[in-house]
Amino acid sequence: MADYRKMWEELGMDMENHDNLCQVLPTAVGDVFLSQENRPNAMDFWDLVISEVHGIRPAELIEAQKEGRKVFGTFCVYVPDEVVIAANGIVTGLCGGSQFWVPDGEKVLPKSTCPLVKASVGARLGRTCPFFRIADMYVGETTCDGKKKAYEILGEDVPMYIMDVPQMKREKDILKWKDEIAQFAKKVEEFTGVEITPENLAKSIHIINEKRKALARVYNCRKSKCLPISGRDALLMTQISFFDDPERCAQMCNRLADELEERIKNGVSVVSADTKRILVTGTPLAVPNWKLHNIIETSGGAVVCEEMCTGTRYFENLVDETKTTLDEQFMALSERYMKTNCACFTPNTGRIDDLLRLAKEYQVDGVIDCSLKFCCLYDTEKYSVSRALKEAGIPVLSLETDYEDADAGQLRTRIGAFIEMLS
Amino acid sequence: MGIECFVGIDIGSTCAKTVVMDGEGRILNRLLRPTGWSSVETASSIQAQLETLGIEPDRSMVVSTGYGRAAVPFAAKNITEITCHARGACRIFGTEDLTVIDIGGQDTKLISVEHGQVTDFVMNDKCSAGTGRFLEVMANTLSVTPQQLSDMAREGGGVSISSMCTVFAESEVIGLIGRGEKRENIAFAVIDSIVKKVASQAGRLKMDQKVCLTGGLCEFDYLRQRLGQALHCDVCSAADGRYAGAAGAALCARDSFLKTL
Repeated sequence: MADYRKMWEELGMDMENHDNLCQVLPTAVGDVFLSQENRPNAMDFWDLVISEVHGIRPAELIEAQKEGRKVFGTFCVYVPDEVVIAANGIVTGLCGGSQFWVPDGEKVLPKSTCPLVKASVGARLGRTCPFFRIADMYVGETTCDGKKKAYEILGEDVPMYIMDVPQMKREKDILKWKDEIAQFAKKVEEFTGVEITPENLAKSIHIINEKRKALARVYNCRKSKCLPISGRDALLMTQISFFDDPERCAQMCNRLADELEERIKNGVSVVSADTKRILVTGTPLAVPNWKLHNIIETSGGAVVCEEMCTGTRYFENLVDETKTTLDEQFMALSERYMKTNCACFTPNTGRIDDLLRLAKEYQVDGVIDCSLKFCCLYDTEKYSVSRALKEAGIPVLSLETDYEDADAGQLRTRIGAFIEMLS
Repeated sequence: MGIECFVGIDIGSTCAKTVVMDGEGRILNRLLRPTGWSSVETASSIQAQLETLGIEPDRSMVVSTGYGRAAVPFAAKNITEITCHARGACRIFGTEDLTVIDIGGQDTKLISVEHGQVTDFVMNDKCSAGTGRFLEVMANTLSVTPQQLSDMAREGGGVSISSMCTVFAESEVIGLIGRGEKRENIAFAVIDSIVKKVASQAGRLKMDQKVCLTGGLCEFDYLRQRLGQALHCDVCSAADGRYAGAAGAALCARDSFLKTL
């Protein structure tokens, strides 16, 4: 591993505590990923990135900053990357997925806050994540109450811009989101000093669409009965796509898809034929949260699809590339983003339609609906999700968990019993 | 030499149950011992006990279940307690369609079974409310056995415990003792709390079939009656109720052996 200590010191990180985090990561990566058999060769890229997750990409971001580019940190798939990239900015995901950051978050947030929010705040305030140090501006959004209040606290420590996500999907809400995007564009122009034009926006829309298509190609391969990639590997790819350069991300995903398509042609599967195909839905799985996938895939199941922000919601639906004025382009962006289904909307029946469609497309045997603790929105939606799936004859298991390992045994029993039930 | 008997070992958080079956699925032996602090040690003493009964490892097939199921190195297979309890309960209660309520030491599970297959289940979360452990802690505080507590509750009434958390509920019980509340009334409140917790879990499942209570608490008649009142149905129990998980595991061992023939 290259030596990034100087970089971390210059970022003002808590070196001693960060060392503790760096020590546990290789074991986790070894246990969850490297122990798998017959992995696609193209996973070498993501293995490298995750093995130096706090080194390689942060170093690139710092180089870009030296050239005068600005880094925007985001927390939600509703924030349009296209706008930032049009102004020569860079987007990096910032969601915290480790228990390691939770205690620092709990210093300022109530314990009964979702672990993703606690970990995100803890990663910033505890100074133990380079991405949270590097980002010049954080872009928050109003998708849940926990985040809204947490952004007020983060805003005292770092420049923060909030986008007001509508709570319904009426025509006026789509217009409102278009307006929010236009206002965000002004803020981005101001912050980067780069004017957003129909030309540079068209270019960035194309770049992000290409990234979406590449991710979709990999997911398409997971629809095959001959499963060419594990859920863990696919999840890692998706998680890293929030941090990576979008063009390189598309290139690497296409390279992986080439190999997976070849595997399907040659009948190469990573699991035995009796493995149960599981669709996972619910709250996002931020890096390095691999707990659920790992338990499922070591209990006789394989995750074939994630109906999550770290999954299909991130890449489904493309932005219309035919528009030529900023006004039309902002509208096209709003229309695409407002198709994403999240429990923060009411009603959110689109998510159920998606689940029924995906269950069929990915030929699933069962659905696991898992939310992070204290996520009232997704927890409440389990009722209607489970009813709709059962009515369609699709077995479903509802779970709630956090980032701690304490409930791993109980989860293993529930998930194991669910998979036995499918046999 | 062929396989002559099938062994199911259910290592729960409190007790380890073992059932030995012959090739026809008839129960030959039942063994019961406390799990103690180490599932691994418990498993090896069960192995020794089996050998003294003349059950040799190379002529038997073992399936383990329960929270300590991974700690049984001589098991051919680990199967979750949900599947095993359902399987065992079908055999013990003589029906393929039933709802199993298993109140165990550290968790409570409700399992819907149709045509002998698990169709749905719910389990309590991390918290020990409504479990055998809750009852055990409260019985200790009242200086009685869990069985005595259940019997005593029959004579009580008029008091309730509001805390679901075992630790807080214990403080509440100590408060009631301090206030001079009758032991029977406190016992009533403890049983009432367990019944309410289990009944609220039942609200998440279809409950239109025969309801059977298994696990360590199935021998407590008063608890079972109260549960029936709360669920508006008869709750059945059987002499072998406590062995449902182990019997199910033994039946699973037999199934998987028959598949290999």
